[in-house]
Amino acid sequence: MKDFKKKTLCYLVKGIKKKDFTSEEITNFFIENSKNGKKLNTFITTNFEKALDEAKNFDKNKNYEGLLSGIPIAVKDLFCTKDVKTTAGSKMLNNFIPTYESTVTSNLWKEGAFLLGKLNCDEFAMGSSNETSFFGNVINPYGDKIIPGGSSGGSASALAANLTPATIGTDTGGSIRQPASFTGTVGLKPTYGRCSRWGIVAFASSLDQAGPMTQNVEDCALLLEAMSSYDSKDSTSANIKVDQYTKNLTDNIKGLKVGIPREYRVENMPDAIDVLWKKGVDFLKDAGAIIKDVNLPHTKYALPSYYIVAPAEASSNLARYDGVKYGHRAKGNNLNEMYENTRSEGFGDEVKRRILIGTYVLSSGYYDAYYIKAQKVRQLIKNDFDKAFKDVDAVLTPSTPNSAFKVGDKKDDPISMYLNDVFTVPVNLAGLPAISIPAGHDKNNLPLGLQLIGKAFDEQTILNLSLAIEKRASFKRQITEWWK
Amino acid sequence: MSIDKDTVKHISKLARISLDEKNVDSLSKNLSSIIEFIEKLNELNTDKIIPLTSIIDASLTSRKDEAKNENIRDKILKNSPDKNAEFFVVPKVIE
Repeated sequence: MKDFKKKTLCYLVKGIKKKDFTSEEITNFFIENSKNGKKLNTFITTNFEKALDEAKNFDKNKNYEGLLSGIPIAVKDLFCTKDVKTTAGSKMLNNFIPTYESTVTSNLWKEGAFLLGKLNCDEFAMGSSNETSFFGNVINPYGDKIIPGGSSGGSASALAANLTPATIGTDTGGSIRQPASFTGTVGLKPTYGRCSRWGIVAFASSLDQAGPMTQNVEDCALLLEAMSSYDSKDSTSANIKVDQYTKNLTDNIKGLKVGIPREYRVENMPDAIDVLWKKGVDFLKDAGAIIKDVNLPHTKYALPSYYIVAPAEASSNLARYDGVKYGHRAKGNNLNEMYENTRSEGFGDEVKRRILIGTYVLSSGYYDAYYIKAQKVRQLIKNDFDKAFKDVDAVLTPSTPNSAFKVGDKKDDPISMYLNDVFTVPVNLAGLPAISIPAGHDKNNLPLGLQLIGKAFDEQTILNLSLAIEKRASFKRQITEWWK
Repeated sequence: MSIDKDTVKHISKLARISLDEKNVDSLSKNLSSIIEFIEKLNELNTDKIIPLTSIIDASLTSRKDEAKNENIRDKILKNSPDKNAEFFVVPKVIE
């Protein structure tokens, strides 16, 4: 069998077009690797047989017109896939088979890719360590006791372990960028409205956004281009032309201004993170960028405001799980008892916590004190960024305040778990695009990422800056395939 | 503000999630620590700030009001935990 380990998505796309190898050969490799990667617990549902049929079909009828012709891709199990079980990592949807396809996955299939399987994630995308999934913890390829981050932890792990050539996740408060940072991969959260939310299991609708997770920056540009589109079925989808991210990708960033916000230097941040951040500044200077200090004074209020807005929206969105139309149903002597038992059995602890917080902050007498207050603070956070972006083209920060931690370490302390997202959450509140790129390792040999935040709908600039960093960081994932 | 056990019971009723006594106890602790965390916002004076309602500038677009018949009743019903030929079935509501 041909070995496609560590091969990039772009390499595979080009190789298929040049007839260096077939789609079937690639698909066989990733199926075999996935079968050998069971210890990582990345897949909830596999689609291997159908994928192989698709690959053979492609090789027979060769059509190279798509951006992803002949490529098998596994996706986070939050995207509805027609006729393939979609669980959102929850017992509630353990038997749910969508009758429709999400817009983002349809876009991938239109570009010639096909589904390899559905990847594990935190339940309803609520978590930062992939420990809240009904289908068990996902393990980081960096070590058998290490969490991969969350909520797109299955996606990040599968990608880092070469079980899929690329993948897509969703990011409500950091759920693409944090696991990318914890697994030494690239993850981008697009501008709110860049990708359609139609057919994605909803968590917090004003924050949710789908995005690419890839081996490198070039792959990220390609996958972003393939998945982005205007969609009349999502009223918040933006009718703005999708850039040709791949064609315009360049590491010539001379003269671009990059801001460094001092507010991202938080208490108890390990030295390794600070060192990495300084290294990032040096890389950008070396590439000709101009570094400037910027102020984002309301940064420390982002996380508290997020933990009002996100649970509030979640409590409304998850009201649909009532045991009537689809999903889990429990017994009850009357309608209310049936609802209450269904939701008690179907949801896990973290989801319940967030629904209850959301219900509380929206309940009569508290709405102004919490929800309206949070939306005001959200406006202040957005104003901070608006002001900063008058002076700079992008902002450079660390992706996370720490590297990946051990399974069980933060599970019983919601606040310390939430603090993982302190650098990623402000971006969602302001609706901006941001990317995490791997740039180094800490003393425990765990990967660390840098985050670049861009202006709305200017994904190109952060991709270009990332390419300049990537070329200078020469990051290599230090993984042995211990799970085989 | 801390969330006492009665409040936990009240909001779980509103959220239609049944809880046993043991859960009420631990949730009261957990939720209190989360509420304490989010109350950091009270440090900020926001009297003159207009709350953000949308992060996208674009206004909502309208489309033609066209009827579509995709004939998907059976497909939709397939996912229902309890149904008859045409309807979702729930426990009896009216005696």
